[in-house]
Amino acid sequence: MSDETGSEAADRSDGTAPPDPADSVEGSDQSDPAEASDPTGEGETTAGDRFTAADRVARVPPSGIRAFFEVAEAHDDVVSLGVGEPDFSAPWPARSAAVASLERGRTSYTANRGTAELRRAIAGRVERYGHAYDPDEEVLVTTGASEAVDLAFRAFVDPGDTVALPTPTYVSYEPGVTFAGGDPLAVPTYHEDDWALTPEALAEAGADEAEMLVLCYPNNPTGATMSADELDAVAAFCVDNDLLVVSDEIYAALTYDGDHESVATRPGMRERTVVINGFSKAYAMTGLRLGYALAPPGAIEAMTTVHQYGMLSAPTTAQHAAVAAIERCDDEVARMRREYDRRRRYLTARLRELGLAVAEPSGAFYAFPRVTDVAPDGDDEAFATDLLDEVGVAAVPGSAFGSGGAGHLRLSYATGMGELKEATRRLERYLDGR
Amino acid sequence: MDDETRALIDALVADARESPADLARQTGLSAEEVEARLADLEESGVLRGYSAVVDWDRTDETGVEAVLEVNVELDRETAYDDVARRIAESPLVDTMRLVSGDYDFEVYVRAGSMGAVSRFVSEEVAPLPAVTSTVTHFAMETYKERGVLFDDGDDDDRLSVTP
Repeated sequence: MSDETGSEAADRSDGTAPPDPADSVEGSDQSDPAEASDPTGEGETTAGDRFTAADRVARVPPSGIRAFFEVAEAHDDVVSLGVGEPDFSAPWPARSAAVASLERGRTSYTANRGTAELRRAIAGRVERYGHAYDPDEEVLVTTGASEAVDLAFRAFVDPGDTVALPTPTYVSYEPGVTFAGGDPLAVPTYHEDDWALTPEALAEAGADEAEMLVLCYPNNPTGATMSADELDAVAAFCVDNDLLVVSDEIYAALTYDGDHESVATRPGMRERTVVINGFSKAYAMTGLRLGYALAPPGAIEAMTTVHQYGMLSAPTTAQHAAVAAIERCDDEVARMRREYDRRRRYLTARLRELGLAVAEPSGAFYAFPRVTDVAPDGDDEAFATDLLDEVGVAAVPGSAFGSGGAGHLRLSYATGMGELKEATRRLERYLDGR
Repeated sequence: MDDETRALIDALVADARESPADLARQTGLSAEEVEARLADLEESGVLRGYSAVVDWDRTDETGVEAVLEVNVELDRETAYDDVARRIAESPLVDTMRLVSGDYDFEVYVRAGSMGAVSRFVSEEVAPLPAVTSTVTHFAMETYKERGVLFDDGDDDDRLSVTP
């Protein structure tokens, strides 16, 4: 999922810093003296600051992405393949509906779970993925899919519970589990498996003892999707070992080879799965902060308990936009998807021509090539820094997404074809000059 | 139309100068397949041409653009196509369509001066027997043409690196 990302995590963890979602996402940042608030602040308290971050907050390490963002911002003439959100604007009908709702003065709270109209629209929309959820009892509209992820952790993870997290994956899950008092358990996925999660890796990591598993397919940062067979195998593992599943499917609409498959449609899975989706990726509405959770009634009730005290309701203006997005923006979504697909093919082809190994990215808008052979000491962070310094291309080191991403680089193709061409030209120049 | 052909056309609409190699990369076809499909599309009249989107106001060329509304009255010997072909033949006509609504043809004209447009209307269009009336609208400002916004471009306000 990702995505949802930046901005929401920033809102959540550090209300003071809207312009740098990049950092707060991964939690706190101890290294920036300019930052007025320093949640972790061990020993660095400035005058007049008597706060000490709670243990579970202080335990979350500073973000590699934040550090990298600052380096990138300091460079001129940077072509960025480091952005985790669409380069399109929200479709016009969605924007127009938001404006119209404001003109009509619709600025109050909505029902905790979201407007009935939007929940009905969502329930109808997800039928295309084989889902059937009751809009009254099984749908919760949230402030970005990120809020839904956080709610799922806070509603179902007790202190000491183990939550299995495939790695590499989106950066917010591990801190979210930690904030909820749970213990994250890394489950590696491998380039050789096209980054699909396997029951073998789950068993080997000890996930059979876990209480919960988080899935994010299509995946940020690898662009991987799970085939029907692969999902069946993971679903069987979850049923056999009685795991709850949080399935973050924010990139579901951006799949390029075949239709999106949801784990919740597998036998025995609906009753144990919270499906999370939203409007940020498919509809290019990241800044409108709107997502949703689909789950059985008891689960939605528990999540609503957290949501109603923490958030009251998701943004009203965005809910109006979202109804229009579902009802009137299919053509534009299809157009964006086709454009991503062309860029995906282009980027993958270029990377392979340059001799980089990359698993076929079949979803989201990321490619995740291996750079161990070309990186200084095989280190992806050193490679990313070098690439930025030498040729002005920004991309996120794979290890920012967990240990499983080490030795790889996340390249986002949520950028224009012209920038993609320039970035790959520069990458070629860098590789030639080594 | 299959997905590759659609992707090929999308790519050309976005940038008609894409090289066969880049078209191949974007579509998953080989460069030879790209060339073959382009040849087919051209031959079958799907791809009618490749042209530039020009903001003439940023050049030192003088010229005006106008939209003509043309009404016609057909008879047994004259169909829309007959009238249209006659008008569309003119090199001044950039785009011409039959439309629904208050008038029949919508004709986009570009010429060196307002006088040239006026002469075209009065000497080439209005005298045609089928034409019953015309209305000429001179363009005052172009904001967007064939999908290209005429602005200063880059307004990407996203952060350069985000999760």
